[in-house]
Amino acid sequence: MDRRTTFDGWLLPVLLVLPQLLLTGFFFYWPAGEAVWSSLTTQDAFGTGVVFVGLDNFSDLFGDPLYRQSALLTVGFCLAVAGLAMGLALALAVFADREIRGKGTYRTLLIWPYAIAPAMSAVLFLFILDPRVGLLGRWLNRHGVDWDYHLNGWQALTMVVLASAWKQVSYNFIFFLAGLQSIPRAVTEAARMDGAKGWHRFRTMTFPLLAPTTFFLLVVNVVYAAFDTFGTINALTHGGPGKDTETLVLKVFRDGVVNQDIGSSSAQSVILMLGVIAITAVQFRFMGKKVTE
Amino acid sequence: MTGQTKPDYLSHAVLALGVFLFALPVWLVLAGSTQDSDAITRGEISLIPHLSGLSSYPRVLTEGTMGTEPVWHMLLVSLGMALCIALGKIAISILSAYAVVFFRFPFRKIAFWSIFVTLMLPVEVRIIPTYSVMATFGLINTFTGLWVPLIASATATLLFRQVFVAIPDELVEAARMDGAGPLRFLKDIVIPVSGANIAALFVILFVYGWNQYLWPLLVATDPGLDTIVIGLVKMIGVETQTDWSAVMATAVLALLPPVAVVLLMQRWFVAGLTEGEK
Repeated sequence: MDRRTTFDGWLLPVLLVLPQLLLTGFFFYWPAGEAVWSSLTTQDAFGTGVVFVGLDNFSDLFGDPLYRQSALLTVGFCLAVAGLAMGLALALAVFADREIRGKGTYRTLLIWPYAIAPAMSAVLFLFILDPRVGLLGRWLNRHGVDWDYHLNGWQALTMVVLASAWKQVSYNFIFFLAGLQSIPRAVTEAARMDGAKGWHRFRTMTFPLLAPTTFFLLVVNVVYAAFDTFGTINALTHGGPGKDTETLVLKVFRDGVVNQDIGSSSAQSVILMLGVIAITAVQFRFMGKKVTE
Repeated sequence: MTGQTKPDYLSHAVLALGVFLFALPVWLVLAGSTQDSDAITRGEISLIPHLSGLSSYPRVLTEGTMGTEPVWHMLLVSLGMALCIALGKIAISILSAYAVVFFRFPFRKIAFWSIFVTLMLPVEVRIIPTYSVMATFGLINTFTGLWVPLIASATATLLFRQVFVAIPDELVEAARMDGAGPLRFLKDIVIPVSGANIAALFVILFVYGWNQYLWPLLVATDPGLDTIVIGLVKMIGVETQTDWSAVMATAVLALLPPVAVVLLMQRWFVAGLTEGEK
């Protein structure tokens, strides 16, 4: 949708839009283009230059069991984080939407963790679950559970899932609560008159009405779990033990920054970019045309 | 509902549990920051703070710990970075959204779409190539390098576009009749009516900027440019002889500013977040 009335002239608007276009060009299109180019090249045998290798980097990646393993891990990690963070948030939002005393206070106390950095949630969870220093971690070890996420891959994975999901609950809570509050009173009343109670009412009426919110949050949570959790995982486990918590973003970082394998790392970046573009496209396909209207 | 006759115990129980799960880790860090590091290393952390043990705070603020920069300096870097990102992004987004909505100029659609495409592509997916571009510009290990590349994204532009499209035509016509030029109109009408959105976006972007980790890790290896989040992760990475109470005091100090911004501006923030991104 466009405005009917506008101002005249073209020089001023061009000047106004220029800063953002320049920044986008320098820090988005240029790097993205360079990623695509590097993904098609490799260092020559002497390390003195680059040679064009076509799609070799990509076929190497898809043939590499370690890459497939990391991709699979990332998918599982994303689903676990999204499921946990959204499930908890929905439960809290449903109860916070009821007419109870002190609901404003509850809301505030459930919203503030939005401000916590992903890397910060790692630090906080360290003090809960570290086998030597952590409150719960020590308790577990004293009570016969062999808890050490430095050594046990599943425990490490559990820990990064918990820390990542914990931080994201607030964000989801805010959206679920807003979604619940936008359900018209009349609809709720009608359902109640029909005798729909508690769980049944939630399942047949509330949850379907929340579907757009849920879908939007699913996309946001998956993108969060795939990318923003770099800080959480890197601070807690560095992707270890072994490669048990090495998601795709950590692998890009390790291959590119630590191991300096620019070709492979760029190919991985390109795959991730395509992944995000696909998710975004799906989102806009289903979420409406607000942007282009 | 049954709420009129007796309190809704189930709701209170669930919500209190949620509040507890969020508060516990932070409380633990707060309590631990007042305790003796050796005791924490032995696993004797207590949930009760020692009111006499606040000495960790002035110590980390002025000296840092385990070889890091002083915490006041890291807080300053984080604050500068968060403010520059928030204000910079708001400024360029208002300008570009204003141009796209209130003018017709050549390549307007192309300009809008080329910004729009960047919507969801996080820095994380273009780590290496962005680094090499930064090196070309000589921005590695500079404060500018910490924040400028992060303001190139479309979310804020899209939000302002939605807000501006909804401004009534009568206002624009009235302004033109009064002989107000486009810049006057921007300053006197458009920015004031978008105040709530600007406030909401400020909170979101401040938190976003404060919480950055991968980007500063990559472009700034100079300890003088360590943000508080980077510094904190460095501290927990120390293998031996970790000064835990200092780490915990730093964690508390790192948490305070973004939490304060969210709480103080909660009303605008919640409204802006949910209406802007849906």
